[in-house]
Amino acid sequence: MHELPVTESILEIVVKHAKQNQVSRVVSITLEVGELSDLENEWLQHYFDYLSKDTPAAGAELKIQRAPIVLKCRQCGHEFQIRKDELGLSDCPQCGTAGDVSLVSGRQYHIKEMEAL
Amino acid sequence: MEEIKLIEIKENILSDNDEAARQLRQKLADEKTFVINLMSSPGAGKTSLLLQTIERLKNELRIGVIEADIDSVVDAEKIRQSGAAAVQLRTGGFCHLDAAMVKTGLDGIGSKDFDLIFIENVGNLVCPAEFDTGAMKNAMILSVPEGDDKPLKYPLMFTVSDVLLINKTDMMALSDFDTAALRQRVHKLHPEMEILEVSAKTGAGMDQWVDWIRRALENFS
Repeated sequence: MHELPVTESILEIVVKHAKQNQVSRVVSITLEVGELSDLENEWLQHYFDYLSKDTPAAGAELKIQRAPIVLKCRQCGHEFQIRKDELGLSDCPQCGTAGDVSLVSGRQYHIKEMEAL
Repeated sequence: MEEIKLIEIKENILSDNDEAARQLRQKLADEKTFVINLMSSPGAGKTSLLLQTIERLKNELRIGVIEADIDSVVDAEKIRQSGAAAVQLRTGGFCHLDAAMVKTGLDGIGSKDFDLIFIENVGNLVCPAEFDTGAMKNAMILSVPEGDDKPLKYPLMFTVSDVLLINKTDMMALSDFDTAALRQRVHKLHPEMEILEVSAKTGAGMDQWVDWIRRALENFS
């Protein structure tokens, strides 16, 4: 849905680091994206290829690692992973409390690292 | 042969927007202007609800509206006729508002001259949830015809909102919308979410919503 602005942001950060490290070409970029995001890998790469023309990041491969959704039960403190389609359906697997959780992770959009020449 | 170097980056892709939103919230707090970001699907009744809300609060608060409906001036025109100030942001097909766009709108309307500003975000349950607009509170509208299963399909939206308005309750008799099931699904995702049942058409529940706004404003100032 909003892959375009996200891609612009990725490119900006990558080009900045390419300059700082005085590299001529970026080969790959590793992203960590939370499972709660609706980002589509295929479109992200597509937009990236388009936007990165004439930059040191042209042709770079986006490697997307999905980070799991982790919830924390506020009754017993237990942290547990769930799939997106289980959200709103699962009780705490440790104490059985229904619906008293906070989100620990699953929303992140991080650029972890890049490989460059 | 050149060596491939591994460069650690560790940056948040949305950090620019998060920072812009934080600065905007600070500026608004200094101006004593309270901002509510209104999100929903297209057709859930954002504009009708706003008109009814303005009608009930216009004698006690200076109200402004930032409209982000895609390439249309219809909504902004309706708001202006209600007596509140409105600016139309031309989002040109953009699927959400970010903090920079909201700042343009706030500057355009002159945010310091208002007690309360509503952002009518782009009608969409996916993208607006990801981008902090700089508002103090996020309000979500879910209308009865959309169904009670939406928390399962758009969990992030229900996670980031502070208050949920179930709108078009006047259509409840015509549908199989299960309010108890919806409440349970929402609270499993977000235990603190306040849920209000309203009908912008009949006015039912609107007093509770207006009270929610008054309380939020009291806690703010």
